[in-house]
Amino acid sequence: MTALLALPIAVPLAGAALSLAARRRLALQRVIGLVATSCTLVSTVALLAVVETDGPRATQLGGLPAPAGITLVADLFSSLMLVVSSAMLLAVLVYAIGQRGTDSRSWVFHPVYLLLAAGISGAFLAGDLFNLFVTFEVMLTASYVLVTLGGTRDQVRAGMTYVVISLFASVLFLVSVGFVYAAAGSVNLADLAGRLDQLPDGLVGALGLLLFVVFGIKAAIFPLFFWLPDAYPTAPTPVTAIFAGLLTKVGVYAIIRTQTLLFLPDGGGASTLVLAFAGLTMVVGVLGAIAQNDIKRILSFHIVSQIGYMILGLGLLTVAGIAGAVFYIVHHIVVKTALFLAGGLVEHSTGSGSLARVGGLARRSPMIALLFLVPALSLAGLPPLSGFVAKLSLAEAGFAADHYLIVAVSLLVGLLTLFSMSKIWGGVFWGEVEPVVPDGAATKLRSPRLMTASTAALVALSLFVAVAARPIYDLCERAAEGLLDPTSYVAEVLR
Amino acid sequence: MIAILVFAIGLLFSCGTYLVLQRTLTRVIIGFSLMAHGANLVLLTAGGRAGRSPIVDGGGGARFADPLAQAMILTAIVITFGVTAFMLALVLRSWRLTRDDEVEDDLEDRRIAELTEHGGLE
Repeated sequence: MTALLALPIAVPLAGAALSLAARRRLALQRVIGLVATSCTLVSTVALLAVVETDGPRATQLGGLPAPAGITLVADLFSSLMLVVSSAMLLAVLVYAIGQRGTDSRSWVFHPVYLLLAAGISGAFLAGDLFNLFVTFEVMLTASYVLVTLGGTRDQVRAGMTYVVISLFASVLFLVSVGFVYAAAGSVNLADLAGRLDQLPDGLVGALGLLLFVVFGIKAAIFPLFFWLPDAYPTAPTPVTAIFAGLLTKVGVYAIIRTQTLLFLPDGGGASTLVLAFAGLTMVVGVLGAIAQNDIKRILSFHIVSQIGYMILGLGLLTVAGIAGAVFYIVHHIVVKTALFLAGGLVEHSTGSGSLARVGGLARRSPMIALLFLVPALSLAGLPPLSGFVAKLSLAEAGFAADHYLIVAVSLLVGLLTLFSMSKIWGGVFWGEVEPVVPDGAATKLRSPRLMTASTAALVALSLFVAVAARPIYDLCERAAEGLLDPTSYVAEVLR
Repeated sequence: MIAILVFAIGLLFSCGTYLVLQRTLTRVIIGFSLMAHGANLVLLTAGGRAGRSPIVDGGGGARFADPLAQAMILTAIVITFGVTAFMLALVLRSWRLTRDDEVEDDLEDRRIAELTEHGGLE
């Protein structure tokens, strides 16, 4: 059991070390990367299967008993996230290998990418606040390197903003870990769940708010989102895609995990606050997207907007609401990554992502058009795609909890999302065929097969999420029940 | 002793915040380091009263200083060290590219701001 829990972290770490050793041989690095991410995917699927039948599983690294040791724990929520994220990491790696100049320009790419994978898995598995901090740092430090890997002026400028804001959040995180430890005498999440009950309400509320702000910066919740649309679009497409799909979602995961386990159930007024932030995040994000004129920037603002939906599910604090949020995260990770990859295909085949400079692509490359259209409509929530199922389950949960206003806001935002997606469609795929812009990386019109294949695989996966919506939603519902009633989680960790 | 530490934490954080808000990148880095020191002191005070002896051979009881807080500080120091080194490299790169040590404006933001000033986005 210990091995299965440690594998999603250990395999990418070992891969990173090997890849570092093989730094002069690109082909070998590629094989190591693919093997490591594939093995991670297999191990996470196995972990999900075990957790699905046996309930939460935990292990203590280094042999120290629970409250003091390094706890790795997987419940349904975290193992579901692990499976989806490792599938994305594999697909995006294939795309990166197919795109010329992404991994061949610097031998750093592969080791750092695997470190990022290890950090993401670690964050999903961490059983205490301090290890969550450490794994976050592993993930973020790898992301700093990936964002600025090209070393161009734009990347350094955008990377600087991103690094400074993330570091500020990290310092705040460290301080809140210190406060929690001072107040409760433990940083183990399962241990804290019992201890925080004995503390004064005001103190617990303040700690909860502090952690909400910390993870809110990482998850890009209004008003802490401003760094995201600046930082993400400058990086190479595969890097942006993996950031868009996964990094902010790790923040959302941490919010849902800490708030449900430690703070919200007896927070009272706190959940109204969460709902308010959810609504503002949705609206501001989508309005920002409408004002933009570049594919990657539009999609980046949509990340912000979509985070609002996930937080909305958390704010409802019912099983249906959190199940909706979990389903939304699964759907969003797949669809958003696919969209960014499709956006990258547009840039690759035309040399630009600016709506004004590209046109008529539907006639010239119908395949790219299709690969963009399906996830775009899914993001907007059109039936019968996965986004529709996700939004429907959140709306139903909202009605059931009598929060009509926030449901109305979320439906309106869905409409605006459709509007901004049709803006991309109209600008890029319809209209006159524009000549290829010469300044881009593209010299050929044809998209390389690997890039198209990996995008197509993700689009197919998003269709699968829609087709298998019932069993996946049932899984999310059970994950949500586990989140709202963490007795088995706590018992397993403190065993 | 705790009072002095608390005062030091406040001082480190106020100076750090002031420096991080500057436009000069080297000051941002120094500010970040100060805040990280502040955070480490928070962890130290979270470990309990000052003046206790360090733990020996796992001997328990309240007579010893809390080893967990110290372990956390050590880890945090290592992480801060690595990230600071990376930031210095980034600043060096920025200096080589622009011959300037300041945070630049975002081009896209500036473009959109100009567009709105001249009325209309299209």
